[in-house]
Amino acid sequence: MKINSPLEVYKYLPQTNCGDCGEATCMAFGSHVIDRSLKLEDCTPLLEDKYKKKYLELSELMAPEIREVTIGVGEYAVTVGGDDVMYRHQLTFFDQPGFALDVWDTMPEAELVERVTFIRDFKKFYVGRFLKLDMIAVRSTSGDPGKFRDAVSKVMENTELPLILCSLDPEVLKAGLEVAAERRPLLYAATKDNWQAVADLVLEYDVPTVLFAPDDLDTLKSLASTFLEMGRQDLILDPGTNPQGNMLRESFENFLKLRRAGIKEGQREVAFPLMSVPMTAYLTGGDAVSSSYWETVLATVFSVRYGDIMILHSIEPFALLPEMHIRDTIYTDPRTPVKVDSKVYEVGSPGKDSPVIVTTNFALTYYTVESDLASSGIDCYLLAADTDGLGVEAAVAGGQLTGQKINDEFKKVDFDFSEKTGHNTIILPGLGARLQGDLEDATGLNVLVGPQDSGQIPPWMEKNWPPGKKE
Amino acid sequence: MSKKIKLSELGSLFNGMDVEALEGVTIEGDIELEMDASGGLNPQLAYMLGHETAQIAQHLINISRLMGYPVDQLFGSMAQATVPGVAKPHELLRSKFEVARMDEWKNPIQEVVLGATSADGGSRGRTITLGGENALPYYFDSPMPHRNYVTMDIFDMPIGMAKAVKVNYEDVIESPAEWAKKVVKDFNADMVTIHLISTDPNIKDTSAKEAAETVADVLQAVDVPIVIGGSGNPDKDPEVLEKAAEVAEGERVLLASASLNLDYERIAKAANQYGHVVLSWTQLEINAQKELNRKLMKQCGVKREDIIMDPTTAALGYGLDYAYTNMERIRLAGLNGDDELAFPMSSGTTNAWGARESWMVKSPLKEDSNWGPREYRGPIWEIVTGLALALAGNDLFMMMHPGAVAVLKEITQSLHGSLERDTVDISNWVTAEV
Repeated sequence: MKINSPLEVYKYLPQTNCGDCGEATCMAFGSHVIDRSLKLEDCTPLLEDKYKKKYLELSELMAPEIREVTIGVGEYAVTVGGDDVMYRHQLTFFDQPGFALDVWDTMPEAELVERVTFIRDFKKFYVGRFLKLDMIAVRSTSGDPGKFRDAVSKVMENTELPLILCSLDPEVLKAGLEVAAERRPLLYAATKDNWQAVADLVLEYDVPTVLFAPDDLDTLKSLASTFLEMGRQDLILDPGTNPQGNMLRESFENFLKLRRAGIKEGQREVAFPLMSVPMTAYLTGGDAVSSSYWETVLATVFSVRYGDIMILHSIEPFALLPEMHIRDTIYTDPRTPVKVDSKVYEVGSPGKDSPVIVTTNFALTYYTVESDLASSGIDCYLLAADTDGLGVEAAVAGGQLTGQKINDEFKKVDFDFSEKTGHNTIILPGLGARLQGDLEDATGLNVLVGPQDSGQIPPWMEKNWPPGKKE
Repeated sequence: MSKKIKLSELGSLFNGMDVEALEGVTIEGDIELEMDASGGLNPQLAYMLGHETAQIAQHLINISRLMGYPVDQLFGSMAQATVPGVAKPHELLRSKFEVARMDEWKNPIQEVVLGATSADGGSRGRTITLGGENALPYYFDSPMPHRNYVTMDIFDMPIGMAKAVKVNYEDVIESPAEWAKKVVKDFNADMVTIHLISTDPNIKDTSAKEAAETVADVLQAVDVPIVIGGSGNPDKDPEVLEKAAEVAEGERVLLASASLNLDYERIAKAANQYGHVVLSWTQLEINAQKELNRKLMKQCGVKREDIIMDPTTAALGYGLDYAYTNMERIRLAGLNGDDELAFPMSSGTTNAWGARESWMVKSPLKEDSNWGPREYRGPIWEIVTGLALALAGNDLFMMMHPGAVAVLKEITQSLHGSLERDTVDISNWVTAEV
């Protein structure tokens, strides 16, 4: 962004305070444009002909420092880049790194289909949504255009995920494009040796491309300048991901240098999304588990420091889970409140015999408990007590969760135990065991202590519910 | 065109489009282009001029479009073909990449030495120095003077552990001294942390005196620098750490920890009196960290070279985003001149084992894909938690799993530049048979 105050944005707005965007004033809208919580296009009058000039100028000024590049089409399209800051606390990072898992054209067909299906369907629940993988990278290991075309077709038959077509041979890339162009795949890659032929493909098919210049930022910048001169903006830069030792250190430095040049120094030729290839961990000759571990390590390094899109090989859950979590960690918006509303939630369709369970309003805690209960088909009432967004253990230690507090929370929402339940019983989280007596005194109800982890609620219920049940 | 453009406006419009220079070309009134081609037109120059002209044409078209003029209608399909295409250069436009170093980072992080050899009145085989950074970790702006170090956790009584961790310690779990030897000899620990958890009145209420004997045993068993941790009970810890500090006099241990919710002054005084370093522990709150550091220095007289911070580690998926950003902000504040935050940092990376992903046999959610074998999930959870914090600026890692320790050391030392490994040819990774 070239401007950073709402007042500067305001100058370009209609200044009518019409309220169509949902904000009371154009100035308020301007502040949301600055923090990127609203888009310019949310101001519908601005899109009218009479404001067109201002709209276009403002769009230019508001464009993120790192260009956004979109791969794929429709609901599965992946957009990468889009960052404006060097550190997430300065605003937030946008467009989490796109993760592409590889397949190759010398795979037996059945294996390829199985692998694509696995990648397509892999998911993990986290804070109210699923973490998933984004793309398939098809590698030409055969060097044969026909085989590559067939592999690309087979992948497309089995998933709508966007594609990265990987070969340094333009003939092979062309064969892939002939079947996949409409899906707007990403080409990997133009190099100093093949760039002219790859440029022809990019121009002919109008697709984004990666520019690859391992360990050579001068050549990488030269490639970017050359493609920019041809009017191409949908570029992704790969400075090379060396897997180990001092060369890895050099690759790390190259990512830092490129991003600093792009954001801090406004060097337009390198202000593009950066690609990292943690898959190079497999070139070091280690065993499968070590390589998978090391790939996860590289993916972590480049998720934290400026990788915007990655190609990965391991489909071991022990690699995928931490990879998906670390990118979520870094790209979670630090401005978003992490609390849910404090109230009594109904999980499933609770009745008079259903348990009443206490947790806190820290979003992660609440969603974890809620999803564990729902997934096990346990109908219940779930209190998300207001602990200022602390988890159970910290809230008990810090005094934000007490017997009196829990009683007040039920009172606040008029939750009447004698009317709603036939058991007059509350279940405390195991990490809040020490509140048991306190809560009994405050409420006059029976208080049971549940398990320390909500994943253990189903077996706990087997043993302890309904209350008074004896083994 | 329906509107006239003044040259000054043209200039500002060009600005918005990032035109850097129009060399050899001048633009005059009524948008005439005059080219300085007096030196004769060799093919390359002709090409360059043609290129510049085409670029100007494109900008003028863009300007017309900004003015609302229907350029595309005028050119019809031709505009599509000529404008974005311009011309494909015949050869790579050579350019040189340069980027500046950070000049804002002027304040070095305090250096802190742990352990003391016989030369300094201790009995450690070596000392470990943390801190001294002039840049974020592994940045090219300024080399990191010291690598990251790992101190491995041992306990003064058997405790519950994830299975993947426990299998490594079953033979030593009853003896802190043997446990300490094992992590140093077999698992390459740089340091050892003895956690005196049995002193908690709610656990065993072991006396401070008895706990101090355990500390003495550990100091006998190994000659690496050590960390002494209490039980986390705010009422008991000051007494326990005072006794431990006394028995370890002169060894320059790290006392873990002083915090705002206990009598930090007693711990600070014990450190001052017996020559130790204080771990200043706060919970994910940068201002509390400043406050505690300030109190330790101003109120308790702890010297700068005797302070390390633990701003709290939350596990991957369980608040690591806060822990990461908290550390990164602390380190940047230190480098940018905030002396109250310019200290080395320590992470309780073992907290990663609190994440259910690290120890549960399988996901409790039916909707989740299979989580795979847990014996591989746990260590990588510890590694990724630690590595993210290493990148944020953390110096010292308190860890538990030997495999996780080995991998974290490998990656942090690679980024630090202290590990030689074979160079791998990555230029044709695409065709790799893996």
